[in-house]
Formats: sequence, structure tokens, C-alpha cells
Amino acid sequence: MSYDVQSIRQQFPILNQEIQGRPLVYLDNAATAQKPITVIDAISDYYLNYNANVHRGVHTLSQRATDAMEAVREEVRAHINAAETAEIIFTRGITDSINTIAFGMGAVVSNNQNVVITAIEHHSNIVPWQMLCQRTGAELRHLPMNEHGEVVLDDIEDIIDENTAMVAFNHISNALGTINPVEAILNRAQKVGAWTLVDGAQSGPHARVDVRAWNVDFFTLSSHKMYGPTGLGVLYGKRKKLEALPPYQGGGEMIATVTLDGSTYAGLPHKFEAGTPHIEGIIGFGAALKYINEIGIEAIAAHERELLKYATQECSEIEGFRVIGDAKNKASVLSFVVDGTHPYDLGVLLDQQGVAVRTGQHCTQPIMDAFCIDGTARASFAMYNTKKEIDIFKTALEKAVTMLR
Amino acid sequence: MATIKERQQVLIEEFEFFDEWMDKYNHIIEMGKSLDALPKEKKKDDLLVQGCQSKVWLHAEKNGDNVLFQADADAIIAKGIVAMLIDVFNDQPAKEVAAADHGFLEEIGLKDHLSPTRANGLMSIIKQMKFYALAFAG
Repeated sequence: MSYDVQSIRQQFPILNQEIQGRPLVYLDNAATAQKPITVIDAISDYYLNYNANVHRGVHTLSQRATDAMEAVREEVRAHINAAETAEIIFTRGITDSINTIAFGMGAVVSNNQNVVITAIEHHSNIVPWQMLCQRTGAELRHLPMNEHGEVVLDDIEDIIDENTAMVAFNHISNALGTINPVEAILNRAQKVGAWTLVDGAQSGPHARVDVRAWNVDFFTLSSHKMYGPTGLGVLYGKRKKLEALPPYQGGGEMIATVTLDGSTYAGLPHKFEAGTPHIEGIIGFGAALKYINEIGIEAIAAHERELLKYATQECSEIEGFRVIGDAKNKASVLSFVVDGTHPYDLGVLLDQQGVAVRTGQHCTQPIMDAFCIDGTARASFAMYNTKKEIDIFKTALEKAVTMLR
Repeated sequence: MATIKERQQVLIEEFEFFDEWMDKYNHIIEMGKSLDALPKEKKKDDLLVQGCQSKVWLHAEKNGDNVLFQADADAIIAKGIVAMLIDVFNDQPAKEVAAADHGFLEEIGLKDHLSPTRANGLMSIIKQMKFYALAFAG
């Protein structure tokens, strides 16, 4: 069956609108993806028919809400091939997921150890580790990148050594689209017995991940980048590793017993899910996962590869257009500058023509520093984007550049 | 010398002339290009206005009862907007700058065309100008 982008577009009502009198061309998908009607309906259905707090209630609505939420936990488990549902923790997002682990590792990391990240991380996979290192005296190291925006593994054996407590890195860079050599990094980390975390913020909507094939300790996903609601993330962790860490936040849901003198904690996954969870978000995310799987993540990835190739080719015809990050292995992100223009100006003038892109540093200041630029404009693609939209984008970009020069 | 109100009125009338977004933005870009660049020694980090998406430097000094502004930006549209604000507020009595109404930006139709983040950047510049004015007026 061929990929029917028009019928996919019909599932995303928001796309059918005009911005400044022109059809919306939404190319800011790496920031957040739009939601299909099935996700919106699932959330409405929850509030219309079975809104109740989960887990503790004996009444029917609470049971229904709990069942719906726990069914999604199972869907997520299957989606990433985790061993058991107890290893799937719902968080507020990737940032919350990484902070949960970085905080917990304060209990197991000592000052002669080190933590390794890469030079192409989002701030959310830098700052929590800096904070961990400040608390414990551990050293923060990174794998460097080359001029293509690829992580360089030449010195990996010196950087990841016997004293490495954790190796944390993204699967796909949000600012450049680089797909990291996950297996090679994991292999080295596993060889020296370091713990591992892969940030799947950008890979979630574009790639199938099997956490057991990778044998990774922790993996994170973001619902809103995968066509689901905002405010929800997934933290996968191996049971043994999660059990070794203290909880990040205390409160309801995460305890077994509480007295005024002390508390014992609940088992997984509840130990890491303090407070009432984001029930409607979880239910909406379930619908999003189902939708992704109906279309097929491989088919989506192939479609987006085609768009990226086309957009790169087309835009390269514009004088002064420079791709920032031209890694051999790339997904779905076209980060660029145009000589003689500022990304902010490009963003404003593209918006005037109905085209939504992101401009700035994309929460990756170290990458921008390495390329000696203040920021880029970034077009990022999703399952519903079309070649025609890229033509509109290119024409709008040409117009903006003409105005600015 | 024209008052703040009169200068604002001139700008509003200038912009009324444009129907097309392109003309409006071309005008802003021209204003940006014609604003004198700040000398390098004044482009210091402590003059950066916080909360803008591009770098905006704002320098102010007292001139009797009046306040003199100089500014620059690395993005040309931001510079054009700054040029417009300088056009309105430069060498005006500090007291009047501090108390001035900035509704003219809406009348120009600029606010419609600015996203909340960008509008916040714009508000940050205005706030910073008023902050200087208030300090000098005191």
C-alpha cells in the first residue's frame, strides 16, 4: 500500500487553516507534533465518560480510568519491547525522566567517577548531569563532534573508562537531526559496566526502538513529539536499576505505608509516580501510539527521509543557504542559516507567509558555539508534511532572503 | 520639537499607507538599515535587553531633563522595531518617556504580527527604555 499523505492530513484538523491569509505549513515538528483527531477524541471521551482518579477508587469510573491508563502502559511496553509493564514509568516529560535518573544516581555515584554525554545534547540532557556532578564531585565528560555534527568515537575508550558511572546521550539530535551511533556507544559503555540512558525525544516519532535489543538501562520518550498530548513523558528503566535508585519525589501513589515517623515506598512503577498522574495525557498518548502503529513507523520514517532529501536539495539552490549539521545519518531535521540574514528575521518573514519554523539555539547552546553561530532556522518534518509544502517553504524562504538582503 | 504623541502619530500614518505585509516589513527593514550601528565598545553584554529572541543592545544617557537612546540589534527586523522606538522616545523628557503610552504599536498593526514571544521581546525593550527614563527622571 502506498503512503497516502492526503488521508493522513485529514486526520489532523489543525492543519486545515490559514495563517496570515495563507495555508498553514507546519514545519516545527521537532518542537511539538500536531495531534490526530483520534487523540483529541480519546481525551474528550475520557472527560465525557469516565473521568475519575485512578488506582485508589473502588467505584466503576475509577476502575475504568485505571484500566485505560494501565492498558497504555502495556502498549508502551510492547512498543519498545520492555520486559514488563512495571518498567514503564509515566513522567512529566523527557526533562522529568532524565532528572529522575540523575537525581537518583546521587545515591550511587562517587567523586572518583565520571558521567559521559555527547557534544550534541539538548540542555535537558546536560544540566541534570551537571547538577549530579556538582552534588557528588563526579566529573562530566563528553564525546566530541566533528564539523558535520556527528559524534566522534575516536577517543571513546579514553573518555568512557572503568570509572564511568553513566553514559547518557540522545538517539537523534533535535538541533541537527544527526542519528547517533547508538550501538557503538552502548557497547563501549556496557564493556566497562557503566549505566546507560538513551534520550528518545526525537527518535520516538521516527524510529522503532527495541530497548532489550539495545540492552540499554534507561530510555525516554516524549508524548507530545509523538502526536500525543503535552506534559507527559515515558521513562523506561531496567527493573534492577530502577530498584537501586531512591524515588525522586515523595507524595501520594508512591508509598506503601506512611506513619508520621517514616514511610516505605511502593514497588515499581508507582515508586516513581508520585501524585495523581496525567491520566488524560496517558490515555491520549495511547491513541497516538495506536495511530503511529497503524500508519507504521517505518513507513513514516521513509516518507520523512524523502522530504528531508527533497528539502535539502531544493533549498540548497538558494544562494548562501548552508545546512548546519550534514551528518551522513540524519532524520527529519533541516537546520540552516542563510548567509547575510539572521535566523530570527527568516522566522518572522516565513511566518508572514504561513510557514512555521523554529529559530534560535534549540536549547543546544554548546552546538551553536561549536559552529560559531548564534542560532539556526530549523524546518522539521512529520508524517503529514508534503513535497508541495516544501515547495511553498522554499518560495517563502527565497522571498524572505530577497527582502533581507 | 515634536512630542512623543506627535511622533507616534507620524508613525501610525506612515504604516496606514501599507496594505501588504511585505511593504510593512520592507519598511521596518529599511528603518533597521538606516539606524546607526552602535560602536563596538558599546555593544557590551550588560547592555543586552533580556527576553528578546535576537540580541538587542540598548544604551541610554541623560541629556538635561531628556533621555538619549542608542540601540542596535543583530537581526534586522528587531533593529527596525528598535529604530521605531528610538524615533518616538529619543531626546524626550525622561518623565514623559517613563509615563508614555505605547498603544501606537497596536495601531501600527505590529502587535498583530508578533507572536507572544516576539511581542514579549518588544515589551522588554519598551520596559528597559522606561526603566532608564524613570531612573533619570528621579
